[in-house]
Amino acid sequence: MPPVPTTDPELRHPRNKIELFRAFTWLALQGFGGVLAVAQRELVERLRWLNKEQFVELLSLSQVLPGPNIINLALMLGDRHFGWRGAAVAVGGLLAAPLVIVLALAALYAQFSSVPQVAGALRGMGAVAAGLVLSTAVKLAPTLRRSPMGLWPCVGMTLVSAAAIGWLRWPLAWVVLGLGGVGYAWAWYRLSPAKDSAP
Amino acid sequence: MNAAFFGLHGLDWIDLLQLTGHFALLSLLAVGGAITSASDMQRYLVVERGWIDPLEFNASIAIAQAAPGPNILFVALLGWSVAGPLGMVATMLGIMGPSSVLTFVVGRLRHARQDALPVRAFSVGLAPLTIGLLIATGWVLTLPSLDHPMALLLVPATVVFMLKTARSPLWMIAVGAVVGALGGA
Repeated sequence: MPPVPTTDPELRHPRNKIELFRAFTWLALQGFGGVLAVAQRELVERLRWLNKEQFVELLSLSQVLPGPNIINLALMLGDRHFGWRGAAVAVGGLLAAPLVIVLALAALYAQFSSVPQVAGALRGMGAVAAGLVLSTAVKLAPTLRRSPMGLWPCVGMTLVSAAAIGWLRWPLAWVVLGLGGVGYAWAWYRLSPAKDSAP
Repeated sequence: MNAAFFGLHGLDWIDLLQLTGHFALLSLLAVGGAITSASDMQRYLVVERGWIDPLEFNASIAIAQAAPGPNILFVALLGWSVAGPLGMVATMLGIMGPSSVLTFVVGRLRHARQDALPVRAFSVGLAPLTIGLLIATGWVLTLPSLDHPMALLLVPATVVFMLKTARSPLWMIAVGAVVGALGGA
């Protein structure tokens, strides 16, 4: 990836940590069911703290790293402008206000959870949450068709990991280190340059 | 607000440390976001330790999904359900700590190369696992609905809604709340 010039005349900088905090708070409060789409609009189009290439670079790095993508992105952006304090401020902005809202909702729920309608509503919302997670899986599944690992190894790995975690309830550590290790080795083998010349 | 509120809620300090430790492990293992490791959180908190019940677990995720902000906040609610404010600090420190430190360090390596073989093999090799973990989490979240036919119907209905429309998932969460409140779920 070519280094992105930091002297892009179109780009701006957050003036101070307060602006950084406020920007991420505003961004988080708009993000219902996913903050990433809003992040692109705010950071690239409105605030112009990043150009598209820089955003994609930070995002793909965030996706490879463990942890929530948006948090990782905020952390690295904050660090680039104001060092570790900036990283803390950006992540804090992302979490503080939504945390208060979530805790207030939870307290409200706890207060009224004995009311059958409230308990029923939460059960219904829980079922929808299950559907939301499954729909993400369904949306991502077609990407496996283009995987260098081959379709059937991918399908096998998907089903085995789903069964091991969801049905057999094996600890995640075993499955990620075991099955993930196998997947990593297989992907490495399929991606290695020697493989490209003899498809 | 009293001492009990900020106290350990029946846990001891060792429990709290173990709670942080378990979430710290998940922090590094949760490829593809914290929700992929939700089924393991359920296994640990509900099945193994018995600190919260399956409905409380689902409520935490449902509330976090319905509220604005990063979805990771369901982890804060889980911690809160286990042991109040201290529990929340324990789970959030665990889930955020290790991954944040790693991100911070990698973010400073300016020439971290996206196209290097070890990095590509990582994202390609773990993609099926990520999808498998999402299926597992979806399944575990469906479990409490198994004996409530209307709630069970909401699961595939939500999948179809998300695939066929471009509307915000909030609409579906509202539908779920109404169907549930009317006694359907």
